[in-house]
Amino acid sequence: MARPKSPPVFLGRTLYRRRRLRDAARLLPVVGVLLLLLPLLWVSDVEVRLGSGEVVYFFVVWLALIGLAAAFAPGLTRGDKADDQEED
Amino acid sequence: MPFNLLVASCLLYVIFLFAVAFLVERRAHLGRLGWLRSPLVYTLSLSIYCTAWTFYGAVGYAARSGLEFLTIYFGPTLVFIGWWWLLRKLVRIGREYRVTSIADLISSRFGKSNTLGVIVTLICVVAATPYIALQLQSVVLSFGVFASATPDGQAPPDPEQTAIWVAVGLALFTILFGTRNLDAKEQHHGIVTAIAVEAVVKLVALLAVGAFVVWGLAGGVSEIIAKIDAADLAAWQVQPGRWTGLIFLSAVAVITLPRMFQVLVVENADEGHLARASWAFPLYLLAMSLFIVPIAVIGLERMPAGANPDMFVLTLPLSEGQGGLAMLAFLGGFSSATSMVIVESIALATMISNHIVIPLWLHLRPSAARGDDLRSVVLTARRLAIAGVLALGYGYYHVSGGSAALAAIGLIAFLGVAQILPALIGGLFWRGATRIGAMAGLLVGFAVWAYTSFLPSFGPGAVLSESVFTQGLFGLSWLRPQALFGTEAMDPLTHALFWSLVLNATAFCLGSLLTFPGPVERLQGAAFVNVFDGGAGPQRWARGQAEPEALLTMAQRILGEDAALTLFQSAARDQGKEGFLPDPTPAFLDSLEGRLSGSVGAATAHAMISQLVGRATVSVEDLMAVASESAQILEYSAQLEAREAELTRTAGALREANEKLTQLSIQKDAFLSQISHELRTPMTSIRAFSEILTEGDLPPDMVVKYGKIIHDEAKRLTRLLDDLLDLSVLENGTVQLNLTLASLQQMLDHALTAARQTRPERSFTIQRDLPSEAIYLKTDSDRLVQVFINLISNARKYCDAADPVLRIAVRQRAGRVTIDIIDNGSGIPKDSQSLIFEKFARLTDANRAGGAGLGLAICREIMTNLGGSVAYLPGQGGAAFRVTVPLRLEKAAA
Repeated sequence: MARPKSPPVFLGRTLYRRRRLRDAARLLPVVGVLLLLLPLLWVSDVEVRLGSGEVVYFFVVWLALIGLAAAFAPGLTRGDKADDQEED
Repeated sequence: MPFNLLVASCLLYVIFLFAVAFLVERRAHLGRLGWLRSPLVYTLSLSIYCTAWTFYGAVGYAARSGLEFLTIYFGPTLVFIGWWWLLRKLVRIGREYRVTSIADLISSRFGKSNTLGVIVTLICVVAATPYIALQLQSVVLSFGVFASATPDGQAPPDPEQTAIWVAVGLALFTILFGTRNLDAKEQHHGIVTAIAVEAVVKLVALLAVGAFVVWGLAGGVSEIIAKIDAADLAAWQVQPGRWTGLIFLSAVAVITLPRMFQVLVVENADEGHLARASWAFPLYLLAMSLFIVPIAVIGLERMPAGANPDMFVLTLPLSEGQGGLAMLAFLGGFSSATSMVIVESIALATMISNHIVIPLWLHLRPSAARGDDLRSVVLTARRLAIAGVLALGYGYYHVSGGSAALAAIGLIAFLGVAQILPALIGGLFWRGATRIGAMAGLLVGFAVWAYTSFLPSFGPGAVLSESVFTQGLFGLSWLRPQALFGTEAMDPLTHALFWSLVLNATAFCLGSLLTFPGPVERLQGAAFVNVFDGGAGPQRWARGQAEPEALLTMAQRILGEDAALTLFQSAARDQGKEGFLPDPTPAFLDSLEGRLSGSVGAATAHAMISQLVGRATVSVEDLMAVASESAQILEYSAQLEAREAELTRTAGALREANEKLTQLSIQKDAFLSQISHELRTPMTSIRAFSEILTEGDLPPDMVVKYGKIIHDEAKRLTRLLDDLLDLSVLENGTVQLNLTLASLQQMLDHALTAARQTRPERSFTIQRDLPSEAIYLKTDSDRLVQVFINLISNARKYCDAADPVLRIAVRQRAGRVTIDIIDNGSGIPKDSQSLIFEKFARLTDANRAGGAGLGLAICREIMTNLGGSVAYLPGQGGAAFRVTVPLRLEKAAA
């Protein structure tokens, strides 16, 4: 049985960037929720009217989220095998 | 379009799918899958999320409720772009533990409890039945649309009959490809590829209809936007609560729907595919929903008032005379419905056979554990389950009459499977989640869902009587199905979502907090929650008394003869044994159980092996023993590490000592050769001149001169020997110190006077601060003066300044006195500073002033004996020496 190594406190530049990329990937859906709920706050009624402006807004936000996820994905898989033991 | 042509093209399409599935199965059998296991196919197969409900229903949904249909896609989008949170773990666990279905996952996580598996299976079947009915309904409706549009007067087909034919056809297709073999990894390459093909068909169809509507009917993007604004409907309004709730609900459903779990986790061929799908699948969803709003708006504008908006995708092109496009749209809808039904029924059939039929079979016929081939039983069970699931769907369709709007049924199904969420999330991230908690949560959630959502969906008076709706269960008004605890303000779906999940999660948490998990549960909990930490954790099996032969027989009955023999042979080889029968070690039992659970589910595999092993796996005591064993190992290795560090330190110290000894030996040799040289030079001159003197007849003045030389050399020799003796006494520490109280000022006066004999021709300016020198030291004053004389003479000898200045600075600090003797010469070069205190060290021969080079070495030894030190002080603008003496030297230090 291997002695559990305490994870290093400070990381090299690449590893550090990879960790922050994971943080970004985790934050992405949170940002997405905020953006997708935002139009509901534009009008103060109990029921909110959504029109063509909102249609365009939703599709733009949607596409942006997909674009960001696509940008993150390759970096997240790289080196996954090597250091996924160290969950931070 | 003639109706017969429609049926013919449908059949052709199905045959084409058969061919695709068949070819892929054959390639898979040959092990040549290649690009068929690519991220693209994986992503496309995920598109079974978009059922006929999406294909037809989304337009209807948009026509009725405006943008709300988008929430059904936002949820999955958020889950997929946030795959790092949950999906990654789910897929990893699914692959690591050969999970066969979501029921298997839950049962496996909570101690391989088959009861849990049964509960999840039942929830899934109940929730999926209306959903399957929905697919049948959509196919029937679309057939109906074409039939009513036929001008040739052919009788429109009976919807009931169409539904039966579709259900039977789908059952056949699914049975043919879904239960061809009992794979160790419950994967169906043929079906997955066929579904990927269907995904392309439905996307192309919807995009084609959309493009036709936007550019063909509306006349461009800006026109369509103007029309959207003009479509001033009450339906464009959304309730924020419902909006948020629906996003949440669809996000949950994409994880817990049995068919999504099947393609996402079970059919996953490579974890890397998930990364690609994390953005590609949302992109697919976006493409699918891109034209929904335009189709709905144009449909409402152009179609007659009573037209069913669910069918706009078909009826719009038909009414515009675009038969080909309508055909494509029909195939798209057909694809959506069939792919969903196929995967859903496979997923459900796996659950039913693994968690209900096989355990029941083994229970009813214990002898079967040693008898006939179980594989055929499993396969038959699955085939019957598929047929049963479709029959249920058909039954629901038949009973409900296919009237309700598609979207409503879809959402009710979503909410049903969402009840698995608390147990799933809790199981993956909380080690404290227990079986009882999961069971309580699932049952409570299921009951609340049935009462608030599922049963009311049949309408008042159907299952729940009118009075229950208005007055509540048993006449308790706070138990009204759509206003639990008086919450009337929420819309029915949000209400059901809120209460079912809140009560579910509460029961789950309370049950988990209050109960104590069994050993297998705890093992599985740790293994699942820490799946990324590597290592399977402690063994699940204690060494049992299982007969390898019995194990082999059992494995053969589930895996098939060849696969079982290969498995046993390789295990035996790993143990270093010949033949086919490995020892039943815990490791082997573990791997065997893993293989079996890939076929019949974790709970059944576990039960079968424990039947043979004869004891119910590990006990709590075993777990504790394992834990303390590993703790001991940890402690031992910590001790080893400490010892190693100590050894390293000792080795370092030894190495240092060795270096010092080597150096000392070199020094000693150098010293001996130096000293022979120093002694020999005066001896040589003494011998030479005394020889001359013994020859006689020399002028008296020469005799005097030679005698003086001899005398001088003898004196030098004596001085050298004195110094050496002095040094050896000092070095041995045997020197007798004569401690007295003496004034530092007087000592310095004395030293300055005595040193004036050295190069008396040079005149030095002496700088002193007399008040600071008014210190009485308790020390050996003669010795200290000797040091001062030596340092001052050195300055007189070596200071090369034109106007030599000698500064003496005295300072007292913390019981020690420092005396700095500083001249204004060029000082001592940095690299020589460490050498000057060595014996016979002289910097340059040019300055050789009769000393043997022992002066500073003696100074250093004296100061060591006096409990102080002498050191070269760099950076003072000349040669500078700092003498440090204790104010009061105690006897002990001497």
